[in-house]
Amino acid sequence: MSMPGENITLPQPVLGTARLAPATPKILAAKISTLAAIPTAAAIATGVHYWCGDREPIPEPRYYTLMGIFFAFGLLMAIVQKFSPRARQWVADTCPIIAAGIVFLTIWEAGTAGFRLLPLPYFPSPASVLKGLIEDRAMLFTSAMHSLWLLVRGYLLGVCFGFVTGVCVGWYAKARYWGMPVLKLLGPIPATAWIPLAMVIAPKGYSAVGIVALAVWFPVAMLTMSGIANTRAAYLDVARTLGADEKFLVFRVAIPAAMPNIFLGLFMGLGSSFLTLIVAETVGVKAGLGWYVAWAQGWAEYGKVYAALVIMAAFFSTIMTLLFKARDRVLVWQKGMIKW
Amino acid sequence: MVAPIQSSKEGESLRFVEVSKSFAAADSNEGARLALDRVSVEVAPRELVSIIGPSGCGKSTLLRLSAGLDHPTSGELWVGEELITGPSAERGLVFQDPNLFPWLSVRGNVEAGLVARGVLAEKRAEVSEFIELVGLQTFANSYPHHLSGGMAQRVALARALINHPKVLLLDEPLGALDAFTRMRMQDEVLRLWENRGTTILLVTHDIDEAIYMSDRIILMTPRPGRIERVISVKLDRPRQRNSAEFLQLRSDILEFLHFTGKGDLAV
Repeated sequence: MSMPGENITLPQPVLGTARLAPATPKILAAKISTLAAIPTAAAIATGVHYWCGDREPIPEPRYYTLMGIFFAFGLLMAIVQKFSPRARQWVADTCPIIAAGIVFLTIWEAGTAGFRLLPLPYFPSPASVLKGLIEDRAMLFTSAMHSLWLLVRGYLLGVCFGFVTGVCVGWYAKARYWGMPVLKLLGPIPATAWIPLAMVIAPKGYSAVGIVALAVWFPVAMLTMSGIANTRAAYLDVARTLGADEKFLVFRVAIPAAMPNIFLGLFMGLGSSFLTLIVAETVGVKAGLGWYVAWAQGWAEYGKVYAALVIMAAFFSTIMTLLFKARDRVLVWQKGMIKW
Repeated sequence: MVAPIQSSKEGESLRFVEVSKSFAAADSNEGARLALDRVSVEVAPRELVSIIGPSGCGKSTLLRLSAGLDHPTSGELWVGEELITGPSAERGLVFQDPNLFPWLSVRGNVEAGLVARGVLAEKRAEVSEFIELVGLQTFANSYPHHLSGGMAQRVALARALINHPKVLLLDEPLGALDAFTRMRMQDEVLRLWENRGTTILLVTHDIDEAIYMSDRIILMTPRPGRIERVISVKLDRPRQRNSAEFLQLRSDILEFLHFTGKGDLAV
């Protein structure tokens, strides 16, 4: 049996002696174990929850709904993949990892609510975390938006300053002479160490932005600098013999050549901006996810603490994914050249 | 066939007048090391001249000076009536490594010279013509790391030629290619040379290549780099690599370079 549009091997374009990345093999039929993974895991999770779910201080019946959604979703994908090669590929790639996640929740529930191996209130069951997520969603949403706004301002500010610093110090000998010592001395200081000073010199909201920006500035500046300074001399020579002026050398040769490095700086800067953001929020401002965690902990509502962690995981990894996507677009010329 | 692009005779003469170049030695006690010693020679417009000689004889230095990427310690270099003071789009340079900009497609690389001179808008049509000239139409949108060595070098040639240089400087451009690709590329360069009418100064290690391609061959000796002899190659084109005259000339040059003794190198 063959459906239209499936199982067609397109001839790979042959580019002379070109080197191409090996294409992902197409899955012709999903394995039954893959298809059954999510429904099975969801069923087991439901069983475990039925057994021990009401041993938590406050039971959370909506956990059944969550598992029901997983179960139905697993079944739905098992049917959809019959008709769509794309869905089949997705099922093969993603189902096992989702199932593993559900199994992890189940083990967690058994370890907390089930056998009470871990002490309350520090280790609530996943159902309690779900409760926190649902019941405090408005507060979590506001906090996440506040964090996002702070992060966006701080990150962009830090990237702009870092990029300009890096290009100047990397390209101009004078800027390197005067700028390098500053970069080397001030850069390695963890941005959070500036918090006491920042709280004195800037209004609270702005000091947090400044701290995040500072955390981003250093890695972006450092890696941009090294990328620019290490531009292959031959590229610059070639460009000169093509009639390039200095503007062309900087913007059309050195900066594109430094892009892989610059992206390393952007990734490192993003990582340190998350860290700094959360710390800055716990001390500097009275809003945001970092503040929310401290606040929930103060009330010993650890379900809400974990709920905030879940939101952070989703929030930060989404932003990270966006940066990866941006890199894939900008550095598309590297595809097949380096391990991607 | 590709129609010739605009004025197809754009070569100018290239003159070296008593050109010397010394570099600061790695060991400061040694003083300066003389790389070129009073080199004087003139390459006529639209002539193809090769430089051969052992490594360290200053061939590449000579090319960098011609490109304007370095300055002579003393002496002058002239293109036509113009003194060379720095790099210019009038003197194209192609290295052994094609040095294509990896972040640009073939098209982007070829048009780089037009972008650099700020004339892309009015000359956009030439980009396709030059890509066609080197036979890479189907690869216009490929990135450099998808190209073979020969293809990459053809892009490098197109990139240099799009500026209509008066002089094309080639620094062992075929040195990294395998023997067969290299012979094919020699014909390719000759075809471009005849098509464009550019003056070419070619540095090479390969005596056969020099004889096959050049109007004249400059033989250099090292430490310090000096012109020892200039040989005119008076063979009809296209040349036969195995004709008696070709082989005779080859053995003359080998003899001159002292490579025909009984295994003992007098260099």
